[in-house]
Amino acid sequence: MKDKIIEKLNNLFKEDIVEVSEFRGELTIVVKKEKIVDVCKFLKEDQELAFDYLVDICGVDYFREKDRFAVVYNLWSLKNKFRLRLKVFVDESDLVVPSVTSVWSAANWHERETFDMFGIKFSGHPDLRRIYMPEDFEYYPLRKDFPLQGIPGSIPLPGQEKIKTQRG
Amino acid sequence: MEEKIDKIVESLGRRNIEAEIRQDPLGTEMILNVGPQHPATHGVLRLVLKLDGEYIVDAVPELGYLHRGKEKIAENMTFLEFLPHTDRMDYLAPLSNNTAYMLAVEKLFGIEAPKRAQYIRVILNELSRISSHLVWLGTFAMDVGALTVFMWCFREREKILSIFDIVTGVRFTTSYARIGGVAQDITDEGIHAIKEFIDNFPKELEQCEKLLNKNRIFIERTDGIGMITKEQAIDIGLSGPNLRASGVPRDLRKDEPYLVYNELDFDIPVYEEGDCLARYYVRLDEMKESVKIVRQCIEKLPSGPVKADEPKATLPKKEKVYTKMEELIHDFILTNFGGTPPVGEVYHAVENPKGELGFYIVSDGTGYPWRLKVRSPSFTNIQELKVRGKGNRRDDMVGRRGSIDTVMGEADK
Repeated sequence: MKDKIIEKLNNLFKEDIVEVSEFRGELTIVVKKEKIVDVCKFLKEDQELAFDYLVDICGVDYFREKDRFAVVYNLWSLKNKFRLRLKVFVDESDLVVPSVTSVWSAANWHERETFDMFGIKFSGHPDLRRIYMPEDFEYYPLRKDFPLQGIPGSIPLPGQEKIKTQRG
Repeated sequence: MEEKIDKIVESLGRRNIEAEIRQDPLGTEMILNVGPQHPATHGVLRLVLKLDGEYIVDAVPELGYLHRGKEKIAENMTFLEFLPHTDRMDYLAPLSNNTAYMLAVEKLFGIEAPKRAQYIRVILNELSRISSHLVWLGTFAMDVGALTVFMWCFREREKILSIFDIVTGVRFTTSYARIGGVAQDITDEGIHAIKEFIDNFPKELEQCEKLLNKNRIFIERTDGIGMITKEQAIDIGLSGPNLRASGVPRDLRKDEPYLVYNELDFDIPVYEEGDCLARYYVRLDEMKESVKIVRQCIEKLPSGPVKADEPKATLPKKEKVYTKMEELIHDFILTNFGGTPPVGEVYHAVENPKGELGFYIVSDGTGYPWRLKVRSPSFTNIQELKVRGKGNRRDDMVGRRGSIDTVMGEADK
């Protein structure tokens, strides 16, 4: 199965596959971010591979100069009972990744979560807004430069505004 | 009215909803705000429904009222220290979460729990599956109007919690798993209690079934309601019983056997209908299968240690820490700095009562996870309300919401 995936992807997207690695029996393929939608569409629609089930999308902050962020796609093929991990690296200067909501509807909330936590924008997403944090929150909590205890004053506590007005 | 719309638009913070709301000059459509504090949303989920008479035009689920930043917390503690936090995610099946998390960590470290520990994990996993499904059955029956079942289910669940008390020492937030095994061995008293429970449970479940299976109100409120077809279920990434009720035979216990599930004989109940009634039957059958699994495990339970002997990854035994130098050093290092996993990334998923619970761990070689992502089944399953909310009746919403079985502690992380 692994060889077949790599072979098929190499035939079609030879230029766009950056790296193929394996750890603990899990296959990870790093793809250029411009091509992620095409690769996903191919993996889903190919009769033999049939990665029709999107398990998860999440972001990773590697906290380094180049390619600071990564978006990780976790796919599952119902037909072959096989797991595949796709990965795209995102540089801090250009935090936009094409959205895969057109391929799987499931991507909708996962991409919103990634946006909420890392500030990575997904172009072509139908409803990209924060999912956990308040809409007016300015920071991205899962970035490594966001402190664990939070930033004091970034979320007004309930009743805080009221006290201000009472004092005049 | 104008003020109210302004308020709703403001609270949603979505730019394009304004035009959508204002497009109704006759005022036949109204906005109904359900939750976050509402008994039918089972937790702090907020649903904003746009209604046309009795029919739902649009549904917007809002999450985040229970967001505690578990993933951020995980990055700042050792692998073992994060264990109690997994209890508090899906708080209806803490033992399953413990096991799921530990399996991911063990995969990263490249170690395996001894056979006895694996059997104990399976027994407790299946018991927590039963207990989680019982809570679901009770609350779902209550959602559609049957109150007695609720009482009976909680009575049975109480018995399972007592078993957890005997086996793990805690009724609810168990934190029972350890890297490479479980915290302590199961006692004869525990095994006796489990045997007694699984002998009586099928009879008790039958009583609940008798109340519901031919109950006209129950059938009419679930049959053909909340339909999800096979294609839709796959597309929106449903998992667990919800997916199997739509005719997709995906169960990680069979597809990617972990622990000792490949040595056990059990079936995966699959129903083709995809409505609330099918989801009810899937869970009912799953409880019966779980009883079967627990019975087999107790028969097969091997003797031996319950924790792997891996000094670089698991904490040594307490008596050895007090008497041996080597173990004392390991204990000190592991407690303060965590283990030393290899650099890499792993994903391990298990079949939780709610669906696929996966942990994705990126390790940089230190005792702290560089990134830990929880793939929670509830989060993905709630998406169903958004995608399939349209065109249904408002009074079916409660049943549909209930039939999906989500826990907000897990969805919000």
